[in-house]
Amino acid sequence: MKTLKEVKVGQSAVVVKIHGEGALKRRIMDMGITKGVKITVRKVAPLGDPLELNLRGYELSLRKADAEMIEIE
Amino acid sequence: MEDKISIALAGNPNSGKTTLFNALTGSNQYVGNWPGVTVEKKEGALKNEESVTVTDLPGIYSLSPYTLEEVVARNYLIDERPSVILNIVDGTNIERNLYLTTQLIEIGIPVVVAINMMDIVRKNGDTIDVNGLSKRLGCKVVEISALKEDGIIEAAKVAIEVAKSAKKTVKHIFSGAVEHAIAHIEEITVHNLPEDMQRWYAIKIFERDEKVLAQLGIGEETLSHIEHDIVACEKEMDDDAESIITNERYEYIASILKGVYVKKNEGKLTLSDKIDQVVTNRILALPIFAIVMFLVYFISVTTVGTWATDWANDGLFGDGFHLLWIGDGEYNENAENYANSNTVINGFIEWSESGGENLDLLKDTINTENDYFDAENAKTALQTYLFSLPINAVASYTVVDEETLQESVETATLEDLKNAINALIGYDFTEPDPASYGVWVPGVPVLVGNGLEAINCADWLSSLILDGIVAGVGAVLGFVPQILVLFLILAFLEDCGYMARIAFVLDKIFRKFGLSGKSFIPMLIGTGCGVPGIMASRTIENDKDRKMAIITTTFIPCGAKLPFIALIAGAVFGGAWWVAPLAYFTGMAAIVVSGIILKKTKLFESEYTPFVMELPAYHMPTFKNLMHTTWERGWSFIKKAGTIILLSTVIIWFLTYFGFTDTGFRMLAEDEVDKSLLAVVGGFISWIFAPLGFGTWQGAVATITGLVAKENIVGTLGVVYGVSGSAIQAISSAFSPAAGLSFLIFNLLCAPCFAAMGAIKREMNNWKWTTFAIGYQTIFAYAIALIVYQFGLLFTGAVNVVGLIVAIILTVVLLYFIIRPKFGKKEAKN
Repeated sequence: MKTLKEVKVGQSAVVVKIHGEGALKRRIMDMGITKGVKITVRKVAPLGDPLELNLRGYELSLRKADAEMIEIE
Repeated sequence: MEDKISIALAGNPNSGKTTLFNALTGSNQYVGNWPGVTVEKKEGALKNEESVTVTDLPGIYSLSPYTLEEVVARNYLIDERPSVILNIVDGTNIERNLYLTTQLIEIGIPVVVAINMMDIVRKNGDTIDVNGLSKRLGCKVVEISALKEDGIIEAAKVAIEVAKSAKKTVKHIFSGAVEHAIAHIEEITVHNLPEDMQRWYAIKIFERDEKVLAQLGIGEETLSHIEHDIVACEKEMDDDAESIITNERYEYIASILKGVYVKKNEGKLTLSDKIDQVVTNRILALPIFAIVMFLVYFISVTTVGTWATDWANDGLFGDGFHLLWIGDGEYNENAENYANSNTVINGFIEWSESGGENLDLLKDTINTENDYFDAENAKTALQTYLFSLPINAVASYTVVDEETLQESVETATLEDLKNAINALIGYDFTEPDPASYGVWVPGVPVLVGNGLEAINCADWLSSLILDGIVAGVGAVLGFVPQILVLFLILAFLEDCGYMARIAFVLDKIFRKFGLSGKSFIPMLIGTGCGVPGIMASRTIENDKDRKMAIITTTFIPCGAKLPFIALIAGAVFGGAWWVAPLAYFTGMAAIVVSGIILKKTKLFESEYTPFVMELPAYHMPTFKNLMHTTWERGWSFIKKAGTIILLSTVIIWFLTYFGFTDTGFRMLAEDEVDKSLLAVVGGFISWIFAPLGFGTWQGAVATITGLVAKENIVGTLGVVYGVSGSAIQAISSAFSPAAGLSFLIFNLLCAPCFAAMGAIKREMNNWKWTTFAIGYQTIFAYAIALIVYQFGLLFTGAVNVVGLIVAIILTVVLLYFIIRPKFGKKEAKN
């Protein structure tokens, strides 16, 4: 399984499935990370975590541990 | 009579909701908190339309049951049923913003969508077909620019119209299988609810929303019946119900935006993107952060903030101040010169007396407080004294620093004495009067004092008014200027978008201690003053992180604790350099340890919430909005924290200035603290501090007066230990190093001053949490001070066996709390 965590800075990927459950999953999906959405990894924070993503026309920050739950193509 | 119309303002964070709210209501607002929670609530009457109230809901992305803000917003909409929802949507970020809209429409309250930032949308060359969107959403859509106040009135008018017509259309937006299940749920569980609410409840039941299920109390049998439907649907769609709904909402949005919303430059970098490339750059981010934090501290604590506080405390609520600072420098120079000259002369006299000379006559002649004082006589006496000294005389004498009680030995030559005498003659033996320089505005206490004197007010009453009430009001208002300065800076950082970047940059470090990256700001400000530090915690969006910041911020030594630290360092540790760094280290360690301990308790137990944070586009905040936010927060401090500060000050005033003496119960002079009720109280409770090494009434009294303001500890110690001779020597012999350290640590960590407690109450908005915060701080301080004292005794060879055992037990308990597993973790594994 390939996850969002493995996507390199500057590259994009399409979401296949979001793993996990409950509040965590709901929060990620509420912010627009849903099946079929295209996500670009903009940059990594200076200390190596979290990530800055671009999706649905806006910027979102997400920890690597959470990015691991997002399966991509 | 027609019903009163209420408009609920809903929208995502950073969508311009606050700006719109301010534009709609003007200055006509009431700011408070939602009942019992730390979430801010704003209400106001619509401009020029007093009968219409506007309620600003917290900024939210969704109506899920998982965050406090979302639950607050949702309960309001469901329970209070406002007449209309005005949903503000950021046009530059329309896809994600409409996600909330799809949920608002379901509630069954008429919705008007106001698309904000249309000017930027157009500037980017994008187009939004408002009429097309309105048809597809099934509700009115209007264009606005909250910042430029374009279309605001129109939006409000549309909302009122819609509210009156009460026409609402609920669209079925989900796929066949889901709609089928929802229809089924509607039919068997919620058909007895009002018709317009049925769909919302049905969808929530489908999502297995725990809060709704608990509220409705659906029977076991019905529940299993529905569960069958949901599971069938989940199987078909290969996902859980909640995710199915979320997914389909976004799919629905994509479908309705097709042809309605056209983006011109997909993927091109905007100005905001370019700024962000520099600000959160791998190499530059941390230096830029350091510079920004330095500026925040420099402005709000070191420079403007201190000027503002000094002006408020020493000027407005002190002796007075020079208008526009004209003549201030000149006056200070002269006042200092006058004081120094006196010091030199008195030093010389003291030195001569220590050599066996009797100079009582001289001292009497130059005492300006005597009724028979005569400047000519004083001049002659001083010159005679000067000529009686050998030409190479060098006097050495002790000088006591008033602020820290520190004693130092200074020397002066005959030349210095000559200059000093000439200076006094130049001043005609009268202290420079600030009123002779520039325009002098007397402080409130002076004016009130003069007024009371003029009407021959009784001593106790004038003291109550001056030392109790005016001082109490001063204690409240004295903080306001600095708070305003800080809030202005914070509002700027929040509005321009940098605050979110701080959390982004610092997240990795702070999450280790269970804190948010934004907790850095309260702590930084807390080194200056705990009150604005606590209030800065409101920029943290997670409720538990916010409470944690409120509880731990005052552990960092604030400016008022510095003289006290200096006193202990000087009196007990011979001016050792390491005492001040140790105080800061103790504060930081207390924050980290408390963070770890509290995060593991049931109170702070929370489901792991992901750090999913929007990084809003940078933009220049408007002056008007900044002022609005700043004033609003400052005012709420005065109102909410003011009462508690004022009341406590008056109580302590009474205890300090009254007592039983040989002549019965009466009011006391300032140096009679030992006879005061406070000393009696101190004596009563001093046993509590015995295990900490300072079980004396003096230690207890200093700790109590420290609650009014921490700098009072020094003043009180000066009075209670300075009855006969040098206070610093008395303190030095009263406190062993172990007791001194324990006394220092206890007073640094225990309950903060009343002003900070007021701020805690204001931010917690809940007595239970306020009590918990203050109780935790005090108990924590007590435990640490006890451990330090008892182990200190061990190292200095004066072991107290019982005390040591207690200290060891406390240490073990503390370590257990630090390393034990998280609350609830064990059960989760089973």
